[in-house]
Amino acid sequence: MRIPCPYCGARDAHEFAYLGDATVTRPDPAAPDAEDTFFDYVYLRDNPAGPHSEWWYHASGCRQWVRVARDTRTHAILGTELARKPAGDAA
Amino acid sequence: MRYSFLSILKNGLTGQSGWKPAWRDAAPKPSYDVIIVGGGGHGLATAYYLAKVHGIRNVAVIEKGTIGSGNAGRNTTIIRSNYLLPGNEPFYEWSMKLWEGLEQELNYNAMVSQRGVLNLYHSDAQRDAYARRGNAMRLAGVDSELLDREGVRAMYPFLDFDNARFPIQGGLLQRRGGTARHDAVVWGYARGADRLGVDIVQNCEVTGFLREGDAIVGVETTRGPIRAGKVGLAVAGSTSRVARQAGLRLPIESHVLQAFVSEGLKPLIDGVVTFGAGHFYISQSDKGGLVFGGDIDGYNSYAQRGNLPVIEDVCEGGMALMPRIGRLRLLRHWGGIMDMSMDGSPIIDATPVPGLYLNAGWCYGGFKATPASGWCFAHLLAKDEPHETAAAMRLDRFRTGHLIDEKGVGAQPNLH
Amino acid sequence: MSRLAKGGLVDRARALSFSFDGKRYSGLAGDTLASALLANDVKLVGRSFKYHRPRGIVSAGPEEPNALVELRAGARREPNTRATVVELHDGLIAASQNRWPSLGFDLLSVNGLVAPFLGAGFYYKTFMWPASFWEKLYEPVIRRAAGLGRAADGNDPDEYEKANAFCDVLVIGAGPAGLMAAREAARAGARVILADEDFLPGGRLNAESHTVGDEAGHAFAARLAAELASNPKVRIMTRTTVFGVYDGGTYGALERVSDHLAEPAPFAPRQRLWRIVAKRAVLAAGATERPIVFGGNDRPGVMAAGAVQAYANRFGVAAGKNLAVFANNDEAWRAAFDAAQAGIAVSAIVDVRETISPALTAEAERRDIRVIAGGQVIGTRGKTLSGIEVRHGGTTEALAIDTLAVSGGWSPNVHLTCHHGGKPIWNADIAAFVPGATPPGLSVAGAARGHFSLSGALRDGVQAGTAAASDLGFATATPEIPIADDAEPAIAAFWHVADSKGPAFVDPQNDVTAKDVGIAFKEGFRSVELLKRYTTLGMATDQGKTSNVTGLAIMAELTGAGISETGTTIFRPPYTPVAIGALAGHHRGKDFRPTRPTPTHEWAAEQGAVFVETGLWLRAQYFPRPGEADWLTTVNREVSAVRASVGLIDVSTFGKIDLQGPDVGAFLDRVYINGFSALAVGKARYGVMLREDGMVMDDGTTARLAPEHYVMTTTTANAAKVYQHLEFCLQVLWPELDVAIASVSEQWAQIALAGPRSRDVLARVVDDSVDVSNEALPYMGAIIGTVMGGIPARLFRLSFSGELGYEIAVPARHGETLARALMAAGAEFGITPYGTEALGVMRIEKGHVSGNELSGQTTARDLGLGRMASTKKDYVGRTMAGRPGLTDPERPTFVGFKPVDGTSRLRAGAHFLKVGAPADTANDEGYMTSVCYSPTLQHWIGLGLLKRGPERIGERVRAYDPVRGGDIEVEVCAPGFVDPDGEKLRG
Repeated sequence: MRIPCPYCGARDAHEFAYLGDATVTRPDPAAPDAEDTFFDYVYLRDNPAGPHSEWWYHASGCRQWVRVARDTRTHAILGTELARKPAGDAA
Repeated sequence: MRYSFLSILKNGLTGQSGWKPAWRDAAPKPSYDVIIVGGGGHGLATAYYLAKVHGIRNVAVIEKGTIGSGNAGRNTTIIRSNYLLPGNEPFYEWSMKLWEGLEQELNYNAMVSQRGVLNLYHSDAQRDAYARRGNAMRLAGVDSELLDREGVRAMYPFLDFDNARFPIQGGLLQRRGGTARHDAVVWGYARGADRLGVDIVQNCEVTGFLREGDAIVGVETTRGPIRAGKVGLAVAGSTSRVARQAGLRLPIESHVLQAFVSEGLKPLIDGVVTFGAGHFYISQSDKGGLVFGGDIDGYNSYAQRGNLPVIEDVCEGGMALMPRIGRLRLLRHWGGIMDMSMDGSPIIDATPVPGLYLNAGWCYGGFKATPASGWCFAHLLAKDEPHETAAAMRLDRFRTGHLIDEKGVGAQPNLH
Repeated sequence: MSRLAKGGLVDRARALSFSFDGKRYSGLAGDTLASALLANDVKLVGRSFKYHRPRGIVSAGPEEPNALVELRAGARREPNTRATVVELHDGLIAASQNRWPSLGFDLLSVNGLVAPFLGAGFYYKTFMWPASFWEKLYEPVIRRAAGLGRAADGNDPDEYEKANAFCDVLVIGAGPAGLMAAREAARAGARVILADEDFLPGGRLNAESHTVGDEAGHAFAARLAAELASNPKVRIMTRTTVFGVYDGGTYGALERVSDHLAEPAPFAPRQRLWRIVAKRAVLAAGATERPIVFGGNDRPGVMAAGAVQAYANRFGVAAGKNLAVFANNDEAWRAAFDAAQAGIAVSAIVDVRETISPALTAEAERRDIRVIAGGQVIGTRGKTLSGIEVRHGGTTEALAIDTLAVSGGWSPNVHLTCHHGGKPIWNADIAAFVPGATPPGLSVAGAARGHFSLSGALRDGVQAGTAAASDLGFATATPEIPIADDAEPAIAAFWHVADSKGPAFVDPQNDVTAKDVGIAFKEGFRSVELLKRYTTLGMATDQGKTSNVTGLAIMAELTGAGISETGTTIFRPPYTPVAIGALAGHHRGKDFRPTRPTPTHEWAAEQGAVFVETGLWLRAQYFPRPGEADWLTTVNREVSAVRASVGLIDVSTFGKIDLQGPDVGAFLDRVYINGFSALAVGKARYGVMLREDGMVMDDGTTARLAPEHYVMTTTTANAAKVYQHLEFCLQVLWPELDVAIASVSEQWAQIALAGPRSRDVLARVVDDSVDVSNEALPYMGAIIGTVMGGIPARLFRLSFSGELGYEIAVPARHGETLARALMAAGAEFGITPYGTEALGVMRIEKGHVSGNELSGQTTARDLGLGRMASTKKDYVGRTMAGRPGLTDPERPTFVGFKPVDGTSRLRAGAHFLKVGAPADTANDEGYMTSVCYSPTLQHWIGLGLLKRGPERIGERVRAYDPVRGGDIEVEVCAPGFVDPDGEKLRG
């Protein structure tokens, strides 16, 4: 599997560390239902068979977290983007 | 038809003409007391024990393809009960006890072979961790032995003791561990369940659930709707997909685990050996193939195949441990889809949806659990309360924090 | 000798000597082991798996099911090696396998006598009584009888390599279609790799007798290969099997660099694993000839027709003296004609078809070959084949022949198209499965796509090469398609002779017969997957290359479902078996994983250190001195020396992370349970961080060197994990924070100096400008300065040992100099290097948690660190740490232990039980995490996790360690055996 890193170009997936689902967002810890929302965030997953948005970390490369869209049925990479846009790239 | 030496003799003399189907390829009836979704080892064992232990015989096992075509037929056939945590150990030991009588119970030779499972350690800390585990096993009444380097050498003299990057210091041995012929387990349970009246319905995919109010009262399938008093899911690898049709979101990710077999060889490795300094474990089948594996590929996947980095990593572990296998050849590799749960341990529980029960999250360890998984899931379905050995395998434990995390890596499935 | 007088692509000037089963023979350069054996009239080469039936060479390629040998000897022995693909070399040694005592007389061939009882799956139905006999009796006998060849006698002495290659177009197979595809792609300007498993490019062009234009096929192939080889954009890789298709256009390939030599040249690998990344690939892997199944079809002398043809045309070898052909298709007729042309007597062509093309019958007539149309072979005889029985027109007839060339048609080599789950599709017109969905970027050409004629293959190859190049944006010209002298061959599907005599083998290696398929049908194992698993059809070393289609076709006949609905099993990688050593490469022995030496490694080695693996690091474990009886004596000395005076240890392995920016303090507040934003410049603080699930992830000290500059240390084990976590927090969770971090673990060497005289030693290595007095550098102080005459340094007053202590960080290249300088400066105090063992002893004496306690299963509260947690801020893990399961007061909690008898040894891993309670899980109250012998206290001490531990100080519990025979009473005590109030630290 080859992941096109926005900085480094297409690299074999073994250069990256995988974390998982990139659709979940860390909830507001101050909200009254934080225990429930954090439980959802930490544990529950859609786990789709098909396109999946997921976090990969280019550990052996630029050390950037990359949001990768990938089809879990075919392993086809549908797109990649940096988690944190470089400064001045706001547009 | 009862299998025996005599039945073999008789059929041998009559040109093998007298054999009958091992199980009926049933058509679905309109309604059952219990429907088990998933015709793998766990689903078939559940049906068998529902009929055998609880007398519930109006049962169907619904399988989208042919029975045993999922992980039951894609694993590395290891059986063991060498677990650390009290939430796991009694359950796996119950499974081991069921393995020990399985063939006579089913009148089917599943080649349950207790030639020992040896986990190697390579550091003092690893030794102490295995001592902790071995002691926990003893407390649970399970056999375990902590071997030193010479103890390991006596069993497997050809391992790399002399030139190793991470020298072998010893190992934790469970002599009662071993292997079983995976397909035969499926067929044995199928035949046993069938003889007790269970319908095994193949090529029948669940497409949705029949509802009455909140409750689930059956399944929609590619072969029409089928009603049921209770529906049990045993579809590891597809759990999230099927459960989603009932509106459930689960603490499970699907990952691919690769497995490997070599060309057939004369006996080389007697039992099961796991490398402690890399991801590699190995045994040898009765047919002679080395059966081995390692870590999951590490990304969500529903494709039953993996990639070269893990294949290489596994073979590197193999060569580090036993450099004489270098000239032996990998014959076939394949992938299975694992239900990786968020703490690395399974779930056998009722769901928040009335009528729907869940057997899932087996990670890469489901095969050894097959008998107890069936037993405990049948118990839950029959009595609506957990079996005592599976009481910790609750769905709500992630919410309450009563986790069963053997490896201590937390809520990241690909690390378990 | 069966070497033909002329012909073949062998070098008749180069004779090669080899041995088989101890007997010496001679072959020629260009031979395979199989062709050389046939040239020497060796017909019996192996025994089958189950019935130990005598078997001969069937094929001339990688599909060979029978002719498996042990190649080479001793530590280089390679079992199950297909003689048909072994390139002959001088001195080659081969032996038959799976027979005892000899190939000619094999005792286990008695299995054949009871074969009527050993049908498919018989072992599932017996060997169950009594249960205990399985492991003791039945299974050992079965295991000994099963298997084929023997593993090597010793560790593989050869080297293996791994390499990467990148190209525009990968062409797999250098037969007619592959050569044309490579030529067209290269012409368009693409970078091309052309890989072929054979040592000679050309594929079936070398085995058949076609002409291309006015050129002999093999000459055409050689010319094209030479043309490609001269193109700098083309790389031809012979002896290279593309065995698997992986994701992202990555192909696995195995290059047999040295297998054609007796042993590899010095410094050359035996084999090389290639990871080829290709934008497009053309699969031109050809096709494999299928047998027809009939009684006695496994007798040595029954061969594939195309193999007989290959041995005659390519190797100049007559597979026999008197040949008959049994076929259902036109191709086999060409094989017969080629054999006749080579001078082999061809008695008859038996074709199951009633109607044959007049051109073929005319050619047979011209060559005086008898044609038996509508005929079937129903039996064979002879130890090696001496005759066949043919049924035709209602009569049967015996023919005396020594070789039967069989062809049931050809199966496209679709294997690689299946590697992403593609299912082959049945094409009834050509009686073959053709590729279904292919992996992205892979197209198929030639016979692999069902174009069995040479002209079809050439045309298809041209088109595939052109399409691949144009797909990638290369400009392609109108291609030129060479003309060959043939047309698509006709075939009538025919699988097995139902009422023939004797066992009829579908999968000859695994001894699966047509009757076994019948048993599977009767017992309901009817789907192809169940058929395969129940009968073992197609699971031998050839993975069913010749048997799968026939087997499922026979099943389809039984079910009446038709082949299309029955479907075929999916071929899995690898295409042909791959040596495990090649997949491992050089990652074995000491090179299994990289070794990370510390900056002071050389110095420590000089000091006599014993090293220990700590992850990838090698660390000094202890420094034995002459006369010390054992490691414990050494460690005791080291500990005592530190506590009495001063010692030093390299702690560079700790993770070190530099954090800079205006928001670092706020960031650290969010990743640690305790606060860091209020930490004063010039101070360090111990911190604990959690995973988001509330469990402790890591601990360490973090110092503030400047208002916007902190440096964090992590444990050795978690350095990479923590760094990745911090980057996640910064890039994903809180990208708004203005913080930049960098791992500096490799950039800084760090040495800990501990003991009451450590300040005196430190004072002698720092430059004059640096004040290390208690006032200027108090406990938990952190300053920047210089040492040893201007070397930049970071000085931390920290202690893991409980003594007055410092850690000195210098650029890594100065680490060793610093160690030597400290040794010199401390000489008068008897400064002592100490290792990880003494470090561990002192931290246990002091009661600090470490790796054994940070198991990932412990909360901050479990570790006695709960009070550090701030209640005034959010931090990673805070919310989930509040779950009932993590705050249960019954959870085992961190305390210390000492033996009640004052002398017993403690063991980590022992479990705690209430005194007098039965030893069972219900009474399990926790376990010992860390132990050591304390030279300070003169007895063993331990740390552990005990239910409600801190409430039970003074209580006695059992430390139960049955796996090591331990069962003693220990007293619960507070962790912190030495200087619990920390007076030494602050002095």
